[in-house]
Amino acid sequence: MQGLADGYFVIPYTIADYLARVGPARTDVQHPAFDDVKREVMGRNAMLLNVNGRRTVDSFHRELGQIVWDSCGMARNRQGLERALQEIPVLRERFWKEVRVPGNGEELNQSLEKAGRVADFMELAELMCRDALYREESCGGHFREESQTEEGEAKRDDERFTHVAAWEWTGPDSEPRLHKEPLTFEHVPLSQRSYK
Amino acid sequence: MDLILHVWRQAGPTDRGQFVRYEAKGISEHASFLEMLDILNEDLIEKGEEPIAFDSDCREGICGMCGLVINRFPHGPQHGAATCQLHMRHFQDGDQIWIEPWRAKAFPVLKDLVVDRGAFDRILQVGGFISVRTGAAPDANAIPIRKEHADLSMDAASCIGCGACVAACPNASAMLFVSAKVGQLGLLPQGRPEHRERVLRMIAQHDEEGFGTCTNHGECHAVCPKEISLDFIARMNRDLFGSALAASSL
Ligand code: SF4
Ligand code: FES
Repeated sequence: MQGLADGYFVIPYTIADYLARVGPARTDVQHPAFDDVKREVMGRNAMLLNVNGRRTVDSFHRELGQIVWDSCGMARNRQGLERALQEIPVLRERFWKEVRVPGNGEELNQSLEKAGRVADFMELAELMCRDALYREESCGGHFREESQTEEGEAKRDDERFTHVAAWEWTGPDSEPRLHKEPLTFEHVPLSQRSYK
Repeated sequence: MDLILHVWRQAGPTDRGQFVRYEAKGISEHASFLEMLDILNEDLIEKGEEPIAFDSDCREGICGMCGLVINRFPHGPQHGAATCQLHMRHFQDGDQIWIEPWRAKAFPVLKDLVVDRGAFDRILQVGGFISVRTGAAPDANAIPIRKEHADLSMDAASCIGCGACVAACPNASAMLFVSAKVGQLGLLPQGRPEHRERVLRMIAQHDEEGFGTCTNHGECHAVCPKEISLDFIARMNRDLFGSALAASSL
């Protein structure tokens, strides 16, 4: 797992190759992209600081974690995912109305850092559930309960799902757009995984 | 268990700072030390007060972000463990606990218990790297390495860069940290090309950052969560001597 997550396998083929091609160049903060991002971040920080509600960031983080843990874990099913997709937007709305972020945006403020992250997690959690709902097969480490063999093993559906689902962000309150990146196998035919 | 905490609060780098007394009530002995602070912080936020700033990340002793001086000891009373690996079962109901940040000129306090360890980053930037070819990763067993060297290098590589060695040292020296990095890279063939300059440059940067010199107290080793051996400092001194000689004869 560490090999996959930390990129032991991937990095030598990707980052080093990329660095070898681009060469060192000065990055300039004068670029308009910097101003845009700065404005966006400052605006978001101000919003978070001004909610002034009654609940801590951690309490929202925990509640969100519980939803994802229950409905989008290693084993998941349609019913649970649909429920999560109803619960998360409600929780997100409450977050933006009820969170309390102490301090200000002028100095080190760990509550504000956390609040920004949890705000992101709200969106990411929803996307994860959406993707999990869409993928009606058991694939990789994940088990879609409706998709299993008679012996209870994970069952892929290569007809419909031999692709990577890339979701395009289309704005805060609109549904992301799906792009399918096909996976093609030339030398090795796909077969069912067996640990027997 | 109920505890009385005396926590260092400091609004920013230029503030004088002071200990503030808090009561942490109903803490489970299974809670980690940092979870105990999390619980206290939730209380503080609910009361409308500012939570205590402290650093942590992995909370499993591998990242080096955490670091508190607890009852005078960097990383607290437990040996060979980082602050995040300390649990409340090491304390008794009713205990008074004094919690402070690392104290060293080269680690300015940013807020409360958080210090700026950028000095370590800058030391690594001048020497904590090796040259590699880009492209496909070489075969893992292509370069033979003596077992003793591989083991020693691995020991040195377990340094997580937490800075406890500096906090414990009466001279605020970071020699245990620097020697671990120099040792880790210099013991392997991959680290040899830059080895000579690495020692010189990292030590020069260490001094420039305002860390003190090593006078072999050994306090660093006593608090190091990874129990990095003082032998690495001796090894680095030998490297330094060799490198300085080589540099002067060029
Ligand atoms: S030598 Fe030990 S105490 Fe010093 S930074 Fe490395 S792990 Fe921390
Ligand atoms: S939080 Fe990572 S080592 Fe303690």
